[in-house]
Amino acid sequence: MSDPSNARDIDRSRMAVRDEVAIRIAGMNKWYGSFHVLRDIDLTVHVGERIVVCGPSGSGKSTLIRCINRLEEHQSGSIVVDGIELSSDLKNIDKVRSEVGMVFQHFNLFPHLTILENCTLAPIWVRKVPRREAVETAMHFLEKVRIPEQALKYPGQLSGGQQQRVAIARALCMRPRIMLFDEPTSALDPEMIKEVLDTMIALAEEGMTMLVVTHEMGFARQVANRVIFMDQGQIVEQNAPEAFFGNPQSDRTKLFLSQILGN
Amino acid sequence: MPGQPFVRSHMLPERAPPATAAGPLLWLRENLFSSWFNAILTLLSLGFVWYVLAHALPWIVQSSWTANSLTECRQQIAASHGPGTSGACWAVIRERYLQLIFGFYPSRLYWRPILAFGLTLAALAPILFPALPRRLLWLSSTVPFLVPWLLWGGSLWLPVSIALGAVLGYAALRLVTPLAGSLAGVIAAGLVPVLWWLFGAGPATGLLQSALPLAIDSVQSRAFGGFMLSITIGIVAITCSLPIGILLALGRQSDLFIVKTLCVGFIEFIRGVPLITLLFVASLLLNYFLPPGTSFDIILRVIIMVTLFAAAYMAEVIRGGLAALPRGQYEAAAALGLDYWKAQRLIIMPQALKISIPGIVSTFIGVFKDTTLVSIIGLLDPLGFSNAIRADTAWNGIVWELYGFIAALFFVFCFAMSRYSMYLERKLATEHR
Repeated sequence: MSDPSNARDIDRSRMAVRDEVAIRIAGMNKWYGSFHVLRDIDLTVHVGERIVVCGPSGSGKSTLIRCINRLEEHQSGSIVVDGIELSSDLKNIDKVRSEVGMVFQHFNLFPHLTILENCTLAPIWVRKVPRREAVETAMHFLEKVRIPEQALKYPGQLSGGQQQRVAIARALCMRPRIMLFDEPTSALDPEMIKEVLDTMIALAEEGMTMLVVTHEMGFARQVANRVIFMDQGQIVEQNAPEAFFGNPQSDRTKLFLSQILGN
Repeated sequence: MPGQPFVRSHMLPERAPPATAAGPLLWLRENLFSSWFNAILTLLSLGFVWYVLAHALPWIVQSSWTANSLTECRQQIAASHGPGTSGACWAVIRERYLQLIFGFYPSRLYWRPILAFGLTLAALAPILFPALPRRLLWLSSTVPFLVPWLLWGGSLWLPVSIALGAVLGYAALRLVTPLAGSLAGVIAAGLVPVLWWLFGAGPATGLLQSALPLAIDSVQSRAFGGFMLSITIGIVAITCSLPIGILLALGRQSDLFIVKTLCVGFIEFIRGVPLITLLFVASLLLNYFLPPGTSFDIILRVIIMVTLFAAAYMAEVIRGGLAALPRGQYEAAAALGLDYWKAQRLIIMPQALKISIPGIVSTFIGVFKDTTLVSIIGLLDPLGFSNAIRADTAWNGIVWELYGFIAALFFVFCFAMSRYSMYLERKLATEHR
């Protein structure tokens, strides 16, 4: 857990939530075999929102955001991302995926490619960006996550925190409109969590639409405009962070918060 | 004393290791004489090596190179090294090495297989060593059509029209993929050239040949033999089995039921049957199934069988590499918007193949050595020739010299492959640099 007391001031000038809808999920259900993982999920995400999704393990929070870029398939209901409805049409799926960036718990960098190649691969092969331009973009974002000097190394030579920042830069190189974070700091040593969270905060300050599955409640308090609590495959409570942490309504939420905040 | 408080006042600087941690004496002690038991084992092993060399080296050196028969060999060795000395009769190699290498290939045309071999090496070089200029890949793409023409001879238009099939396949891939998806594209790219080769290539060659005759002396497959035959079969089987094996491995993992079933069925069937059975099918049974009058070259048939056999094994080796990749790699590729074939080509295969390098090269080496099995169906590979030579009255009774020569030549190729795989593994290691 990052300590909110050492948090820096956040520049909120560009963090406005707009009326435009980025993601609309309606009546969505998903099963693994006969196990009902996600139940009647309704969720509308507006452009510029920073949503933190939390909940006990197995509550379906990762599955939910993985449904948004179709790494998991939903069985009923609808998911519309950036105006495109997710169906079994492969072209739509690839289109949505190139608009939605994703950061994984275990980074999932490509170990056979250098940091720079990790960042330029998708722009070159999916967006058909000329190589030189892709390299410029990659260096721009690697500077943003403050590791341009590592560009020619391989992922295996970097620390966990550095790898996760590269993973963020790699996703940003596709110029996505929405960023999904699936427990981005859970696999990191405590001293590296902060550098990744700082990178995410900087991204939020630029007005990126973000959905973040995390247990970092300090991050949720500071950055999120909405916190969603999930349990047993359903959304149990959602609220603005002050109200969510200051005055939780559901007993499940209270129990979860008391366990995770440790008092 | 437990529990005594301690605070370090200054941090320790880094220091060089002690001088005793290196040097030849230390190496000897650590690697050969680290304990009395290991010392005894070292001495015993040295004794054994001495024993073998003491018998083998004189035999190799006290030899005859000039005799014309085994009896003459023995007389020469007895004359120069004293009666009762046993020595190698290398004269048989001197007399027959051309046959062991070229078979019955006409000697005035030896330049053709030699040139073909050189071209093949030149074509493989840019594939094996990425540091070489990429322009050489043009050579790599023409050599597969040029080399068979050099070996078998005949009209130049035949390789041209066969190459046209490959061009047609590529065109089909580019045309069909945007219309009907990438799977249909791949199927069309496989089907169109096969149809062209079966029905279009023959007449096209005839037409072009009558319009503009360009031909060299043709050589029958019967004349092929020796190492030339082994290398021809081996190189074609090795280079074709890798891509076919990749496709089979992917097919085996596919979600498409029919593709998956076909691939599993093919792999399990081929792996469940000895290669020698497949070779007998190629040499005998296929004649019954083909329409009468079709001349389907025996070497081509054998090459196809060996290739399919190697591809089935290759598929399983590559499947092992695919299974070793974490799921996250597929997900990361998909999340970036890469489609199936791009993800396979750019992310999955480079890593899966790298993991499988030792297995792939073992399969290559196995295939190359298995080419000697063709001697059983009557093709005169080096082993087939060695039988013929030993049946000759002049050389009746000669064993070690012939098999030693053949083994040495096979060893050169297999050892080169093995070394290359180690070089490749070192080059591709990105984890701890």
